[in-house]
Amino acid sequence: MTQADATVRVSFTVNGSPHDLDLPPRRLLSDALRHDLRLTGTHVGCEHGVCGACTVLVDGLPMRSCLLFAVSLDGSAITTIEGCCSSDGGMGPVQQAFHECHALQCGFCTPGFVTTVTAYLETNPAPTAEEAREAISGNLCRCTGYQNIVAAVCRAAELLAPASPGETVAPSQTGGADS
Amino acid sequence: MKPAPFAYHRPRTLEETLDVLADLGEDGKVLAGGQSLVPLMSMRLSAPPHIVDVNHLPGLGTVEVDAAAIRVGALARHSEVEHHQAAYDAVPLLRQALRLVAHPTIRNRGTTVGSLVHGDPAAELPAVLLLLDGSVSLLSATGPRDVEASAFFTGPMETALRAGELAVAATFRRPPPGSGTAFVEVARRHGDYAMCGVGAVVSMGTAPDEILSARVALVSMGSGPVLVDLDEALEGESLDEETVRTLVDSAVDPETDIHASADYRRHLAHVLVRRAVDEARRNARGRAA
Repeated sequence: MTQADATVRVSFTVNGSPHDLDLPPRRLLSDALRHDLRLTGTHVGCEHGVCGACTVLVDGLPMRSCLLFAVSLDGSAITTIEGCCSSDGGMGPVQQAFHECHALQCGFCTPGFVTTVTAYLETNPAPTAEEAREAISGNLCRCTGYQNIVAAVCRAAELLAPASPGETVAPSQTGGADS
Repeated sequence: MKPAPFAYHRPRTLEETLDVLADLGEDGKVLAGGQSLVPLMSMRLSAPPHIVDVNHLPGLGTVEVDAAAIRVGALARHSEVEHHQAAYDAVPLLRQALRLVAHPTIRNRGTTVGSLVHGDPAAELPAVLLLLDGSVSLLSATGPRDVEASAFFTGPMETALRAGELAVAATFRRPPPGSGTAFVEVARRHGDYAMCGVGAVVSMGTAPDEILSARVALVSMGSGPVLVDLDEALEGESLDEETVRTLVDSAVDPETDIHASADYRRHLAHVLVRRAVDEARRNARGRAA
């Protein structure tokens, strides 16, 4: 039987790279990413599941990393904001859209928006502005007033559309291209 | 904002899980989606000494639809139930209510059965289980038992689940053919707990617009979901508003808190019961067409 102070082995991939970690069971995924793996792109805001800043993708689905125990994710594939870049390490399409539309000011909430929107556009590739607003309703931003974020969701959909002119950059869901 | 230390168990089979839960008794707490449990632990409102993580058990993530009911397994996430087309076709009320449960990100992890076991008086799913005459299947090292919804919710955050038991599934019965359902609520913020929420099931007769029965279940209006049978108010094609008010008023017992006064909650209950019943009637006509 495990004792309360014993660490537990957990194996998962983060942005395509496998990790075997021995963690205290109470370690939240948000803290495991930031403290143990030094992936500080995932931001911790409210730490009780309200603000959405810590959203990461678990097996492709957005989830609050502050509402997950890292040890519970044995065998999962996790994608953080660091894995949402383009294959050459530049900005991914959602990041590019946020940049173009001025969809951030202080930037604290942005990683949570980018991961949420990245997953959303996989299932809804051409949202209306209304649907885009609904899609981001679980993420709080205190700077922008959301107008430009809604615009960025629609712009990201344009960038991701197969027929779009210019260079097409696919989001790195697992970041596995480098391995 | 960090949970207190706990011992962690990651059983891989149902038998192992039930053995661990039997050994731990009152000290063991089951972790499924954790979308209510983890914040409670982070805020130190709850500090279970042992966590039994059931996320790695096989075969519990199913949603089964048959002629009589929908059976939702313990590891079926809210989003899986919400988007299950056969489940929606059989019982639209599930999706109607699930859309109001927090945000999609939370629904990707949180489980439908977990929400029932959590027993929050502000939660939508306990009201749905009551409205659909559902039940919860419990399993322990000593055997299985089923508890009807009417006996399952015993108080705020309290259910009939005993120490050593695992809730393995919930069964939502199909309403009679010709029924319509709806779930409406008013919350301070999108996705937040409702100040008042109402689910409705209205059964229509063969004559156009004839209502055979109507019942509603209210959330955030008492120590648990409050079921109100409106049959007494039936007048052929409509419901007598005064009687509905009286029936609702005598069933609910709202509290004043930072979000709303008890009086305002009563007001919301009257308005939302009317809206939910009207919407359920419209949906019944839409399904019959």
